[in-house]
Amino acid sequence: MTVISAGTAEGGQELLSRSELTAKELLREVGSVLRLSEAEAALLAEVETEAPEDQTMIINMGPQHPSTHGVLRLMLELQGETVLRCKPIIGYLHTGMEKTGEALTYMQGGTNVTRMDYLSPLNNELVFSMAVEKLLGIDGDIPERAVWMRMLLSELNRMSSHLLFLATNGMDLGAVSMMLYGWREREDVLRFFQKVTGLRMNHNFIRPGGVAADLPAGWRDDVLAILEGLPSRLEEYDILMTGQPIWRERLQGVGVITAQEAIALGATGPILRSTGVAWDLRRDMPYLHYDELEFDVIVGQYGDAYDRYSIRFNEIRESMRIVYQILERMPSGDFRIQNKKVTPPPRARIDESMEALIHHFKIFTEGFKVPEGEVYVAIESPRGEIGCYIVSDGSSNPYRMHVRAPSFVNIQTMPHMMRGGLVADAVAVISSVDPVLGEVDR
Amino acid sequence: MSDATGTVENAVEIQHGCPVQDSHGQRVLHASRDQYVSVIKALADEGYEMCVDLTGADYLAMPHRTIGFGIQPERFELVVNLLSLSQRKRIRLRVQVPADDVTMPTLFDIHPGTEAHERETFDMFGIVFIGHPDMTRILMPEDWDGHPLRKDYSQGAIPVQFKGAHS
Repeated sequence: MTVISAGTAEGGQELLSRSELTAKELLREVGSVLRLSEAEAALLAEVETEAPEDQTMIINMGPQHPSTHGVLRLMLELQGETVLRCKPIIGYLHTGMEKTGEALTYMQGGTNVTRMDYLSPLNNELVFSMAVEKLLGIDGDIPERAVWMRMLLSELNRMSSHLLFLATNGMDLGAVSMMLYGWREREDVLRFFQKVTGLRMNHNFIRPGGVAADLPAGWRDDVLAILEGLPSRLEEYDILMTGQPIWRERLQGVGVITAQEAIALGATGPILRSTGVAWDLRRDMPYLHYDELEFDVIVGQYGDAYDRYSIRFNEIRESMRIVYQILERMPSGDFRIQNKKVTPPPRARIDESMEALIHHFKIFTEGFKVPEGEVYVAIESPRGEIGCYIVSDGSSNPYRMHVRAPSFVNIQTMPHMMRGGLVADAVAVISSVDPVLGEVDR
Repeated sequence: MSDATGTVENAVEIQHGCPVQDSHGQRVLHASRDQYVSVIKALADEGYEMCVDLTGADYLAMPHRTIGFGIQPERFELVVNLLSLSQRKRIRLRVQVPADDVTMPTLFDIHPGTEAHERETFDMFGIVFIGHPDMTRILMPEDWDGHPLRKDYSQGAIPVQFKGAHS
C-alpha cells in the first residue's frame, strides 16, 4: 500500500466558532457579502449577530437527515431556535463525474451526465448533446422530429420533476398525503418514459445527433392520458395545500431572498423567478423550437418559499400547455441525423452489408471524432440554468467536460434565506430550494 | 486551437483591452491575469450582472495548442461565463494561468456567487484564489492529496483514502 501523507492541511470545511473566524469569513456566513447599501444592510440586520459565544450552539443537520434531500449537511449556529449562521457542506456524493466524462467517448458521455440530476435526466442529456452538436457543427441539421421529441421529453421531465417537488415539499412540511400523491403522478410520467426509452430514469435517450429511437406506437394516447388525468388532480392539490391556512403559514414570508441577492449569488430557475425577475432561458434565449410555442413565464413577487412553491406548481400547468402544442405539431420524419459520422447504420443494414457492420462496430468502440474547440451551452432545467462546457482536442473523448449544475449554485442561497429564521423553517427553505445532491456533488 | 481567426494580422476586435474571439458563435474574451478583475468589473458595469459559471481546464496533455492573438498558452486556463439578463447576452472569459504560479485573484467582491465555483476550481485544479474568504476544498475530503481534474492525476491509480484508517 502506498502511504498517504498526513493531509494537505488546507483547512476544515466545517463551520467554526466565532472566535476562530476572520472578519471576512464571518461576513460571508452571516450573509453580508452582497454589496448592499448601508440602509439595506441595516434592514437585514434585525437579528442580533453579535451573540455571545456561550449562548449559541453549532449543530449539524445532515448528512443523514430525512429532509435534506440526500446527503446535504448543514452546519447551523443557533441561538435558541433562531438560526444565526448556516454553512452547507457538500461533497458526500462526489464521484468524479467530470473526470469520468474525460474517459468516456461522446457516444458514452450521455450515460454519465444523465446520472447527475437524477430527477431530470433528459435535460442533462439534452444539454450535453447540444454542446457536442455545436462542436461538430451539426446543431442546425438535427431533424425536426428529433427536435420536437426532445422538447416533448424535456417538458414531461419538467412535470415529473416538479411533481416530485410537490411530494417532497409536502412531506417536509407535514403534508404526508401529498408525498404519496406526488410520487403517484410522477410515476405516470416515468411509465411513459419507460415505454419510450426503456428505462424509468437515466435514459441515455437523447444523444448527439438526435434521439436513440422513434416514439413507440400509441405514444400520443399515453401522453394524452397523462395530460387529461392531471388537471383534476392538480386542482385537488390546490385545495389540499395552496389554500390551506397551515400550509400558507409555514411558507409565506419564510426564506425570503431579494432579486439583487439572487442575481449576485448566481441563482437561477424558480429561485430567481420567485423574486420577480422573469428569466427563463426557454423564452429569453430560446433553444430547440421554444420560440415557436406559446407559454407564460411564471414569476413570483416576494421571493419566499411560498412563491417558489406556487411557481413550480404553475409551471406544471405551463408544461402541460406546451406539451399540448407539441402534440399538435409533432412532425414525421427521421428521429436522428443521417450523418454517417455520428449515426450508426440501421440494424437491418448490418445483416446485409459488411461495411455497415464495420461502421457500426467502429462507432461504438472508437466513437466519433469531434473537431478542436470549446463551447458552453445552457438550457433551462427544472432547477435553473444547466450548462455544459466542453473542450475538445480533436479526439473522440472530451478533453474537459464541465457541467454547470443549477443546484450547486442555488445551494449558496441557503445561508441567506435561513439567517434569522427558525430551525423549523430551515426545513422549508431546503425544500423550497429543491436541490438534487447528485448534481451538486457530481 | 484550430480556428485561424486569431492571427494578429487580421483586424482583431478588442473589448476592454482584450482580444475577442468567436467560438462557435459565442463571444470569448482572452484576458490576461492582470486585466482579469478589472475586465470583469467593467463587464459587470456594462450589464453582465450575473456570473453563471467559473471553472478551469488543465492543458497539460495539449502542449502544442495555440490560442492566437499573440497569447502565450499556459498549462491552466480559467473559464468564466457571464450573463446579462437585461440584454440577453452571454460572454466568456478565458485567462491563462501558468503552472509555476497557480494563483488568481478572487471575483468574490464583484460576484459573491463565484464563492462555491472558486472553491470547486481550487479543489479540482489547485488554482488558488487570492482574497477568497474560505479557500478550502468543497467536494473532496479536506485531507485529500492532489487535485483530481489535473491531467497528471491518473484515474484508478489512487488508493482509496479514509480518515483514520490504517494503510
